[in-house]
Amino acid sequence: MNKHGANGFAAQSQQALDDTALQSALGHAQSGFVKKRAQAIAMVDEFEQLKANAQAAKRQALANLAPLLEQFEQNLIRNGGEVHWAQTPQELNATVMAIARNANGRRIIKGKSMIGEECELNAALESAGFDVVESDLGEYIIQLAKEPPSHIIAPAIHKTRQQVAELFRQYHALGERGLDAISDLVGEARTVLREAFLTADIGITGANVLVAENGSIALVTNEGNGDLSATLPRVHIVVTSIEKVVASMEDASLILEVLARSATGQHMSAYTSFYSGPRQAQDPDGPDQFHVILLDNGRSEMLGTPFEPMLNCIKCGACLNHCPVYTNVGGHAYGWVYPGPMGSVLTPLLQGLDAALPLPNASTFCGRCEEVCPMGIPLPDLLRQLRAQQHEQKREPRRWRWGLTLYSRLSRHPRLFSWNLRLSRAMLRWLPQRAWPNQRTPIRPSGDTTFLEQWRTRAQNGLKNAAQNGPQQGK
Amino acid sequence: MKNNHMPDQAKRPPTAALYITCLANSLRPEIGHACVQLVESLGFKVDVPLDQTCCGQPGYNAGHRDQAIAVAKTQITALQGYDWVVVPSGSCAGMIINHYPRLFDQDTDWLERATRLAARTRELCQFLEEQGWHPGTRPQHRTQHAWAYHTSCSCRRETHSHEQGHRLLLKAGIRLAHLHDQEVCCGFGGTFAAKFDPLSSRMGQKKLAAIEQCSATGVTSADLGCLLQLQSLDRSGLSFCHIAELLAGTNATERQS
Ligand code: SF4
Repeated sequence: MNKHGANGFAAQSQQALDDTALQSALGHAQSGFVKKRAQAIAMVDEFEQLKANAQAAKRQALANLAPLLEQFEQNLIRNGGEVHWAQTPQELNATVMAIARNANGRRIIKGKSMIGEECELNAALESAGFDVVESDLGEYIIQLAKEPPSHIIAPAIHKTRQQVAELFRQYHALGERGLDAISDLVGEARTVLREAFLTADIGITGANVLVAENGSIALVTNEGNGDLSATLPRVHIVVTSIEKVVASMEDASLILEVLARSATGQHMSAYTSFYSGPRQAQDPDGPDQFHVILLDNGRSEMLGTPFEPMLNCIKCGACLNHCPVYTNVGGHAYGWVYPGPMGSVLTPLLQGLDAALPLPNASTFCGRCEEVCPMGIPLPDLLRQLRAQQHEQKREPRRWRWGLTLYSRLSRHPRLFSWNLRLSRAMLRWLPQRAWPNQRTPIRPSGDTTFLEQWRTRAQNGLKNAAQNGPQQGK
Repeated sequence: MKNNHMPDQAKRPPTAALYITCLANSLRPEIGHACVQLVESLGFKVDVPLDQTCCGQPGYNAGHRDQAIAVAKTQITALQGYDWVVVPSGSCAGMIINHYPRLFDQDTDWLERATRLAARTRELCQFLEEQGWHPGTRPQHRTQHAWAYHTSCSCRRETHSHEQGHRLLLKAGIRLAHLHDQEVCCGFGGTFAAKFDPLSSRMGQKKLAAIEQCSATGVTSADLGCLLQLQSLDRSGLSFCHIAELLAGTNATERQS
């Protein structure tokens, strides 16, 4: 993680703006996401309806969260799997390790999981002596680079192709293999990962949706790495969180309908798999053990609060791809695993208001995130509510607190307000260039005085002149 | 010209209050005159209530809800009694239309007043199009500029009137350059520009780059905040002009930054 976490946002974003490699990586990737999503959505007539369906399914699920989770657990147990509950990241990590040790597993292959990132699972496993290899190409790249993800669906989006080639040169015994084309890079990763898949004892994946009616989990990937991580090793551990449960397969499909389109602009992700337990007698393959660990980590506390809508998030990443802040600074500036608008809401909720003071403020409220969010989450409104909490708890910088309070006070007194504006006009007229930030030229007021003053004068003159001149012109 | 005036107002000329916005009031008073001219040309009796101040957005967006409520009450009081309230800004119009009613969800009296005000309030372009504005016989436009129309995020997502603005500009015979990535924010965001200046500047510079790319020599928008944000960052001598001035044809002195 970044040294200063989310509270270092200002400095970290400045760094990001100055980082030319990062800027070029962000530029290419982002415009691709935006274009592909727009095309995917243009191809279905009823996208608004699909969104409404997915939202309804999710809303209902959240309203029945506890019973649905119980149903999920019972059905999974019936399928031969095991469910574990984790209040905190520490509990989740400890549970993973206990399962691995019980199964005498040391080598772990891992599919991409944001819950894994949230819990810093890799670091915990590695420091406990396990071998962990990430099997998603992006995750694998940042694992080599020892960096956190910078995007929730494209973790290595901040890396240029050249930087990836450099990493492979550093860590792989390349021999004769070249790394010039993208396909070379993919091939290189495949060669190394294949070995890891075949020798792993334990496979860890995330989940996109949990289905209560049959105790299965849905996982979508584009590389098929999730399936290999899930089916080849002896033990499959799913690390996921409680808000992902829905009632039925039908509801799950409603969510998958909007997920891929919003995320990568695909009709459907390349691989959509449902796992419902360990290998049965008639199955050709599959693990001997199947575990699902359900993380809470503050989520159940969001239920029934104004922040409950955030639990609808399906981690599609559309709000990141369309955010003018995210697309300019990338994910690392946000200081934790969830960046962009959804991260600016989630980080303070999961890590505490004080751990992420700048994030709710780092938005122009342009509203594009809410517009593209398939789950209709009112992200700007939630950010505004977090700002309100900061204000109530006196957490905002003092000069803003008092400056804005003064301005609001003045705004309640038209006369004082008018004097204030005239004063501001005079100041702006004379304020020297150096009083402005570096890149900006001063804004100077035009006209002789404020519009309201001009109108007042016009009204007075108008009364005087009305008899002689007839009605006044607007100019 | 046929106007969609309120039905029960047939006897006297319908009234419209101009809510000038604190930015235009203090920095670009000429926008106010252009608005008055445009609305008067539709047969309305225009008034500018002198007790208006600021819509309260700076405090509201900073999470100072109580203060925003107090400021909103001042505006609601100042703006009562008119058939229409016209606001030359998507941002401030959006505040009155969408957010004022939310401020009073605990206070039925004020909620009713806020809701009534919201129903009578229009962003300028919205109002002009609804009322069938036409350039009519106003003097032919003097400018040689090709204009980039920056559809502010508030016009796009709060008042949903960015297309109205576009159509009005075409109707007025303004030469428009085709601006790419119109749905991307210019980086102003009120206090955001001050709190995160480097980031805000980069966003503005990208918008300016897009404007240069489309060979525009002037920038217009229905939101003065965006125009000032871009003007403060412009290095290539673009002209900046609020859409009210372009439509009214009153932008005789084109400002350079
Ligand atoms: S907040 Fe909405 S757009 Fe952002 S990741 Fe979640 S579901 Fe996707």
